[in-house]
Amino acid sequence: MDMEAAKLIGAGLAAIGAGMAAIGVGNVFGSFLESALRNPGAADSQQGRLFIGFAAAELLGLLAFLVAVILIFVA
Amino acid sequence: MATEAKVDPMDQFTIEPLAGTANWEIAGYNIAFTNSALWMLITTVVLTLFVAGGLKRQLVPGRWQMTVESFTGFIDDMLAANIGKAGRKYVPYVFSLFMFILFANLLGLLPLGLVGVHPFTFTSHFTVTGVLAIMSFAIVLVVGFWRHGLHFFSLFVPHGTPLPMIPLIAFIEFFSFMIRPFSLGLRLFVAMMAGHVLLEILSSFVIDSGNAGLGWGLVIGLPSLLLMIAIGALELLVAGIQAYVFALLTSLYINDAENLH
Repeated sequence: MDMEAAKLIGAGLAAIGAGMAAIGVGNVFGSFLESALRNPGAADSQQGRLFIGFAAAELLGLLAFLVAVILIFVA
Repeated sequence: MATEAKVDPMDQFTIEPLAGTANWEIAGYNIAFTNSALWMLITTVVLTLFVAGGLKRQLVPGRWQMTVESFTGFIDDMLAANIGKAGRKYVPYVFSLFMFILFANLLGLLPLGLVGVHPFTFTSHFTVTGVLAIMSFAIVLVVGFWRHGLHFFSLFVPHGTPLPMIPLIAFIEFFSFMIRPFSLGLRLFVAMMAGHVLLEILSSFVIDSGNAGLGWGLVIGLPSLLLMIAIGALELLVAGIQAYVFALLTSLYINDAENLH
């Protein structure tokens, strides 16, 4: 297989990771919203942890994007 | 079709020396004034003007003073919540870090293309965000070793770990500690780069479909334009969130150094 074609196919496969990151981030915010509706008084105090969880989930998804970018432009 | 120029979404990130690279050498290093340095200068000036405008001492604050005080109060509360009383001495650093990254991200999104200026988001380069992350990590290391000496290494062995597991756990904890500056810089860099690449690709859809005729323009160009507006709003939110996450994680890492767990 042509090297250029293989790289682009690899980059496309790496983008699947971005979809999984979407599920992860949605999970974090979804759990927060669900429990905030049950206990609204405690919601504001946990806002910091919400963003820490979001940052962790998003970072791993961005790593998948990074792999795709490396395949297209660097390797 | 073969003669159409392909839009390269990475072109917007090229660093351009604004006055050439010819006479800008010090001790063998090239220090040409680039577009990245120009926008860092612009960010600093705008930030200084913003904070200076709010430095009034009215007991009942006007709007500008209120805005500046809400930013400083926000960082103050965040450091107090994450570090405790010892957090007060980090407010200048974390506030500067947060506001610098926030203004950098936001200034890069300004629609100045309407008047022919190309805004440049200098936080979309790993060199810049990596240095900011290294600064935070260096503060963590200096504070940790200054306050605790070699006892700082107890950070890698959590309380109550059974003895046989200590080597494995310490190794994993050490690795996840050392990866912190890399992940800190990478997160901000990729978020900014991905946002701008997406906006450029959508704009290329609008322009190419518009050039291809009215039918294509309405079917592809118009939805792409609407999507650009929505993604633009999302990018404003992401600019704020990424700045906040950078400052929040910095304060958490400093907490690890100050109060070992």
